Amino acid sequence: MLRIACPYCGTRDEPEFTYGGPAHISRPPLESDDGSWTDYLFNRTNPKGLLAERWCHSYGCGRWFNATRDTVTHEIVSVYGATEPQP
Amino acid sequence: MQKYSFAQLLRQALRGNKGWQPAWRNATPRGGYDVVVIGGGGHGLATAYFLAKKHGARRIALLERNWIGSGNSGRNTQVLRSNYFWPESVALYDHSLQLYETLGREVNFNVMQRQQGLLQIAHSEHELELMRRWCNSIRMSGLEVEELTPAQIKRRVPPINLNCRFPIVGGYVQQRGGIARHDAVVWGLARAADALGVDIIQGCTVTALHKSGERITGMTTNLGPIAADKVVMSVAGHSSQLAAMAGFRLPITTMALQAMVSEPIKPVFDLTMISAAIHAYCNQSDRGEIVMGAGADVYNSYAQRTSLPSMRATVAAVLELFPGFSRLKLMRQWAGAVDISPDTSPIMGLTPVRNLYINCGWGTGGFKAIPAGGDTMAYTVAHDRPHPLIVPFGLDRFARAALVDEGAAAGVAH
Repeated sequence: MLRIACPYCGTRDEPEFTYGGPAHISRPPLESDDGSWTDYLFNRTNPKGLLAERWCHSYGCGRWFNATRDTVTHEIVSVYGATEPQP
Repeated sequence: MQKYSFAQLLRQALRGNKGWQPAWRNATPRGGYDVVVIGGGGHGLATAYFLAKKHGARRIALLERNWIGSGNSGRNTQVLRSNYFWPESVALYDHSLQLYETLGREVNFNVMQRQQGLLQIAHSEHELELMRRWCNSIRMSGLEVEELTPAQIKRRVPPINLNCRFPIVGGYVQQRGGIARHDAVVWGLARAADALGVDIIQGCTVTALHKSGERITGMTTNLGPIAADKVVMSVAGHSSQLAAMAGFRLPITTMALQAMVSEPIKPVFDLTMISAAIHAYCNQSDRGEIVMGAGADVYNSYAQRTSLPSMRATVAAVLELFPGFSRLKLMRQWAGAVDISPDTSPIMGLTPVRNLYINCGWGTGGFKAIPAGGDTMAYTVAHDRPHPLIVPFGLDRFARAALVDEGAAAGVAH
C-alpha cells in the first residue's frame, strides 16, 4: 500500500488516488513526422528507478499533482505541483 | 538425454535411484555463439529449443540473470486458452494451444496440461451481448465455443453464487482451455534444449550490448564478454532496459501483476473461470489450491511483490462468486513484473537493430503463448524475416497505427 502525500490534503492511502502515468510528456508540434508522433503516443522510458508521474487525489480534493517515485522500492521521493518542473 | 519412461523409472528404482542424470548441464559461456537468447523464461527457452530442433542452429546460448523460470514463467497462474477476439490473435494463440497439446510428448516431459475448459461469465445483458459478438468472432476464426445459461454454469461450477451483487446472466466455455504446470514447461523445454546442445547459462546478467554500425557484435556480462551473430531479447518486464542498451525505445510499461493461492481443499470445480466485469479469475490446481488473480497495481512497478489494494480487490471479487471460500486461508501471494503494451498484444519480430530480434509485450498472458512464441521467434531468427503468424505483431505496427487491440476487444487477458 502506497501512502501518498497529496500537496493539498496531506498523506492518504493509495486507493484514494488515480494514477496518470509518466509526467512531463509534451505533445510534439503538429508538423512533426510520424516518428515523433509514434514516440509521443506510444514509446515510454519505463525506468527501473526514479519516475516522475502524475497522480490525482480522486476521492479527496480531486486535484492533479506530480510525484517522483522509485519503481523498485515504491518510495515517493518528492511531491510537486502539476505544472512545476521536475525537481 | 536420459529418456523419461516407465521402464526408466523401474530401472532406476531397482538401482536405488542413483543413476539419474541432471536434467540439463550448468553451462559456462564459450567466447562466441551464432545465436544468443537473453532471458531464460519459457519464451526464451522455447526459442532456443525450436532454433536447435527445427532450424538446425548450433552454437546457441541462453542467458538468464537468475535461474531459469524465476521471472514471470514461475509467477503466472498457468492458464491456457485461445479465445481472443481478433483473427490475428486467435491464429497465434491457437497455434500455441495446439503445440501445448503435444508438448509433453515432444520434449519427453510431463507438462501436466489439463484441458478441462475455460469459462468466461457475464454479469449484465449488455456484457452478454458483447460476449455473443465475441463468441461469433471466435467461431469465424474456426474455433469452438459453447454459450451457457446460468443453470448450465451452476451445473459446471457447483459452488458458484449466481445471485452475487452483479448477478451472473450467462457465459461461454472454450472446452480446449485449461491449465498446464508452469515449472514443468520451463524444465521440460530446458532439458530438451540442452539435449540439442543449447548452453543454458544461469546467473549471467547482460550489462551492455556492443554495436558496430547497425549490428550487435556481442555483449558484456558478469561472466565476461560474449560475441554473437544474432541476439534474441525475451526479457518481459525488463525489455525497456535492454532496448535502451541497444539504442531504441519501446511502447512498454512494466507493472506488478498480482496472484495468490489458498490452502488446498478437496476438488470443488474443474475449469478455469474468468469474470472481466468484476475483474477476477480462478481455478483449482491439481494440489487443490484455489489459484486467484487478475489485479495489477495501477502504477509502474518493477517490485515483484504483493500489494494490499490489488489483493483486496481480487479476493473481494472471488468471494462474491464463491462465498464458500471465505473461510479459506491464503497460503502464498506473489507478483510478477509484466510488460504491458498499448494494445495488450505482444511485440514480436524485427527491431531497428539489424540482428536483434524482440519478443515482449505479453503482459498478463504470456504463459499460454510459450510454445508459439518460441516456434515463431525461432523461424524469425533463422530466416531473418517475421514468421507469417507474427507479422501483425511487429514493433512497426505502432507507427502505422495498426494496433491489435485485444485490451478493448476481449477484456481482461490472462
